[in-house]
Amino acid sequence: MSETLTGAQMTVRLLERQGIRIVTGYPGGAILPIYDALGQSTVIRHVLARHEQGAGFIAQGMARVSGLPAVCLASSGPGATNLLTAIADAKLDSIPLVAITGQVPRAMIGTDAFQEVDTYGLTIPITKHNFLVTSAEELLEVIPRAFQIAASGRPGPVLIDIPKDVQTQAIEISHWPEPGGALPAPATITELTEQAAALINSAARPLLYLGGGVIHSGASAAAVELAEKSSLPTVMTLMALGAMPVDHPLSMGMLGMHGARYTNLALDECDLLIAIGARFDDRATGKVAQFCPNAKIIHIDIDPAELDKIKTAFIGIQSDVQDALNKLLPAVKQNSRKNWVDRIQTLKNQFPMQLPDADNPRSHFGLIRTVAACLDDSAIITTDVGQHQMWVAQAYPLRRPRQWLTSGGLGTMGFGVPAAIGAAIAEPERTVVCFTGDGSILMNIQELVTAAEENVNVKIILMNNASLGLVHQQQTLFYGERLFASQFKAMPDFIKIAQGCGIQAIDLDQASNPCATLMEAISRQGPCLIHASIDATQKVYPMVPPGAANRDMIGA
Amino acid sequence: MNAINRQEEQAIARSIIEIDVNNHPGVMSHVVGLFSRRTYNVEGILCLPVGQSGLSRIWLLVNEDQRLPQMIKQVEKLEDVITIRRHNADHTVFRDLGHFFQSS
Ligand SMILES: Cc1ncc(C[n+]2csc(CCOP(=O)(O)OP(=O)(O)O)c2C)c(N)n1
Repeated sequence: MSETLTGAQMTVRLLERQGIRIVTGYPGGAILPIYDALGQSTVIRHVLARHEQGAGFIAQGMARVSGLPAVCLASSGPGATNLLTAIADAKLDSIPLVAITGQVPRAMIGTDAFQEVDTYGLTIPITKHNFLVTSAEELLEVIPRAFQIAASGRPGPVLIDIPKDVQTQAIEISHWPEPGGALPAPATITELTEQAAALINSAARPLLYLGGGVIHSGASAAAVELAEKSSLPTVMTLMALGAMPVDHPLSMGMLGMHGARYTNLALDECDLLIAIGARFDDRATGKVAQFCPNAKIIHIDIDPAELDKIKTAFIGIQSDVQDALNKLLPAVKQNSRKNWVDRIQTLKNQFPMQLPDADNPRSHFGLIRTVAACLDDSAIITTDVGQHQMWVAQAYPLRRPRQWLTSGGLGTMGFGVPAAIGAAIAEPERTVVCFTGDGSILMNIQELVTAAEENVNVKIILMNNASLGLVHQQQTLFYGERLFASQFKAMPDFIKIAQGCGIQAIDLDQASNPCATLMEAISRQGPCLIHASIDATQKVYPMVPPGAANRDMIGA
Repeated sequence: MNAINRQEEQAIARSIIEIDVNNHPGVMSHVVGLFSRRTYNVEGILCLPVGQSGLSRIWLLVNEDQRLPQMIKQVEKLEDVITIRRHNADHTVFRDLGHFFQSS
């Protein structure tokens, strides 16, 4: 039986058929036909953000906790340009996102029509793929394909730009396409995993280096199993935190710029580096020429363009990480590596991660630890970008894949609050905590209203140092202490802002028993802002200065 | 007269890249965008449809550069790229075009 539907109705139906139940976005003229159709859907709930960038990050929050493509909507022109940052962020962190934008009618494209921008052209370099739809008919192919591309291989954002007259064009449909999903990755070449296993078995000082690809592939358990079977001390990138519990005996936490000193020193000593779903980002490697100078490299990644990009691999395996680990595991021998594991322990005792003042809830580390003590591993942690982000990465006991949502590749201030809202919407049974700074929170402060409207269970821990801490730190250390544009002269009253937006707020500075106050605020259902002043002169240490080798860390 | 002066060719090593792509608007931007964002100059471009196949073939003339293997992998990842092949500078595709490129 055929039915006649408009492009807008088709779009909504195709999203429903994809299994999409929640979308987020912001309306405007060029996408109103789709909003009109969305309003009629009994299946899809729309979460209204208060800024398109907020919508993009809310969708990212949903995608990051579920691993499935999430959808955000925006209108043409300023709606689309406001989305760009969230799309670029998804590209660099390989997050499956489907962004749908309205466009001016086809006949007006290229005329500088009202709210016309070249959304297609703007998004070429920041999407995995993008489409400008030229007929309603085409939607039947483009929408499932967008989901397939977003989810397949190395995930990423896909943009679909739909002119308004395509949205209103009615066509007869007798047959619906299958929903688009992740295509199976090409099978791992067994010969390569066998060679890799032999190399692991014969190595004296191997290290495992896990990246975000391990999370995306759902391969954390297998990675931990490999580490345990062959006694491989393990480092994680910022994106991989949670893949192996931090307190696992083989975990050496995060590597690179703000990793522990023993972690980076161990990398210097290894004779084999097994990189899994990691891309040798400069924040992880420091000066590349001096990264793991004595090691052969096994590199496993689903994206062939990552192999040999930064470091030449001795064995490069293009493969889904989970599949490669499945093949690798039986071929890797049980090995206790007593000498090497002891050596790591010695390094760890000599150059441990230091969390000074961790018992004091009014210090940065103490606050993070106290929050952690109020929660179990089911909680989701998001961050904004700055010192607070690195301190949380260093000090929060992350133990579960997809527990940790942070803007790694793009490092976007403003990520934390909307991502937390998205996470809470996708997984309402969990408590979501967002660690933010007084700079970052202002970048998407309007989403506090969304948090109130949706009544999400999000606790925002605002670590207020009255400055752009990370900039302050760089200027102090590397620009002759010439502090410029990094200290705020005017400070809003964040408590009043939160209350004004309709969410609860407490000020830990005023609490006589901060631990108890924190516990109470975190246990209470619903959104809450928790304000805590911290010392602006604190630094993120240790630190690899820009351009230096990882072994040349400063501080702590 | 050849499109590329032979002396020049000896001075700078060139590569010729042949890319089969889906023939629709935007594909060229995707391909050359990967070069321009790296400030990697494309010296020559030729593109025509391939019969009635719905495909086009893009020929690029580029200077040899250590980044080229990585570039080729990135191009290969584009959704609309079907195949990519790399040829040496002695490939003839750009040879007989010289008279279209004389300064007046
Ligand atoms: C959108 C954006 N603009 C600028 C920066 C550069 N930047 C990185 S950290 C930082 C300061 C962040 O300050 P705040 O959120 O208060 O966190 P803190 O470092 O004080 O913990 C800045 C400006 C960025 N990462 N993102």
